[in-house]
Amino acid sequence: MLEVQGLTKRFGGFTAVSEVSFSLTEGEILGLIGPNGSGKSTTFNLIAGLHAPSAGSVRLKGEEIGGLLPASICHRGIARTFQIPRPFRKLSLVENVALAAFYGQLERPSRAKAHQIAGESLNLVGLPIEESVRVDGLGAAGLKKLELARALATQPKILLADESLGGLDHAEMEQAADMLAMIRRERGITIIWVEHIMGVLMRVVDRLIVLDHGEVIAQGKPAEVAHDPKVIEVYLGTDAADVQKTVADRTA
Amino acid sequence: MEVFDIFLLEAVLNGILLGGLLALLSLGLNLIFGVIDVVWICYAEMIMIGMYAVYALHVQQGWPLLAAMAAGIAIVALLGALMHQFIIRPVLSAEPINQLLVTGGVLFFLQAAATLAFGIEFKNLGVKLPPVAIGEMSFSMPRIIAFVVAVAGVAATYLFLTRTYIGTAIRAISQDREIMPLVGVNPGRIFVVTSALGGSLAGLSACLLVLQYDIHPAIGLSFGPITFLICVLGGLGNMLGGLIAAFIFAQFISVGGFVLAIEWGYVIAFVFFIAVMFWRPQGILGGK
Repeated sequence: MLEVQGLTKRFGGFTAVSEVSFSLTEGEILGLIGPNGSGKSTTFNLIAGLHAPSAGSVRLKGEEIGGLLPASICHRGIARTFQIPRPFRKLSLVENVALAAFYGQLERPSRAKAHQIAGESLNLVGLPIEESVRVDGLGAAGLKKLELARALATQPKILLADESLGGLDHAEMEQAADMLAMIRRERGITIIWVEHIMGVLMRVVDRLIVLDHGEVIAQGKPAEVAHDPKVIEVYLGTDAADVQKTVADRTA
Repeated sequence: MEVFDIFLLEAVLNGILLGGLLALLSLGLNLIFGVIDVVWICYAEMIMIGMYAVYALHVQQGWPLLAAMAAGIAIVALLGALMHQFIIRPVLSAEPINQLLVTGGVLFFLQAAATLAFGIEFKNLGVKLPPVAIGEMSFSMPRIIAFVVAVAGVAATYLFLTRTYIGTAIRAISQDREIMPLVGVNPGRIFVVTSALGGSLAGLSACLLVLQYDIHPAIGLSFGPITFLICVLGGLGNMLGGLIAAFIFAQFISVGGFVLAIEWGYVIAFVFFIAVMFWRPQGILGGK
């Protein structure tokens, strides 16, 4: 449903993303991984419209969306979360999410409907729906959930989930993985998941794309990618055995 | 020994009445700065245009006063939206000093335009309202009206900002501009709505001031600076801070003016302002 062709972004003389091509099939979870600075977040920003591509195309169901304004891309059904959650801190949880529910679609829902969508989104990620709950009381995991709830409230068809900055312990990362799997199951949303720690991701994704220095160095099923010599060389290094074991456990 | 000075009470109450008006004056400017991050140096001149609009429609065209006032508010609201679309938008990412100079240019443009259209003679509506006497105290009727309407205007603005989605968007965009488009909001439209809202508050202020003061092209200078001082005192962009600062300032002017002489009220208020700036340069409730 999403076709990315030759996507390139240059900042001055620096090429952050170079000739990236991949396609996304409806209903899948696609992992986008790579070391820090490999162009994962920039790729997300290009798809979500925060940057205009220097070259290449992004097609959503055949329609070119590369270079459109972020609000239009949101209205077409693509939502993005940030690695560092960016809630509106002076607004309550419900206000944060209801705002996204109200403005997230081209045809504005009624006040009551937007409120209902906000409640459902908060419910889905397991956050309280009481009016009075403020953002300030949330911990790191709670803020991540709020980030997800706000993205979900725009009723996306594709969710760009940026989880790349750790800050979560192992159990919390497992929960985050389970949550993305649950979101696909409950809502049928297609997901691209950016992560730089490969272990947890391997359990959930259908396919993987590996970026390094802005270029795609490998893509395929988790088992193929985990054994790809290039990926092991630039990325996995000594962790290769662990990651391969995770994949093996999953198929077993 | 005098235990209770009725005229001191009168001065305090007059200060409260003045505070309501000053609060309304500072609200629009604070709203625009808080959301768009640009100071409209010409804000008081937009109020001046509103005063002339009410004058022209009521006195020259013979409209009923309330209709002229409603039209005046609408005209300044439109002026605010145009101000954003054609003056501010092109310099949104420019240096703050350039933004300041641009709005300063608008100030002189509006003054000159008003002089061309209406001349430099003082104009007034010719509306005379009797003072209200309570015991030995006497209060000006326009001031009471101004206070009541200003408080209602502030309350209506508060409800708009907290109870509507566009109001929520206005509050949200002042916290994080980059995120807004990702939840489907077009920031440009929110800025235009905010500017029109700021303009309508200037228009409302104009309706209240025109009941009390004569109009002339430089009238902005008599309440523009004090409006800025109140905003800075409360913390520029902080609406609650502006409201608190307005009532503090008004008390200094009113009670200071009563205890010493009227001119001294302003002197004391400005000394207080300077002292606060040494103590809290970011203003009473300012965060930055």
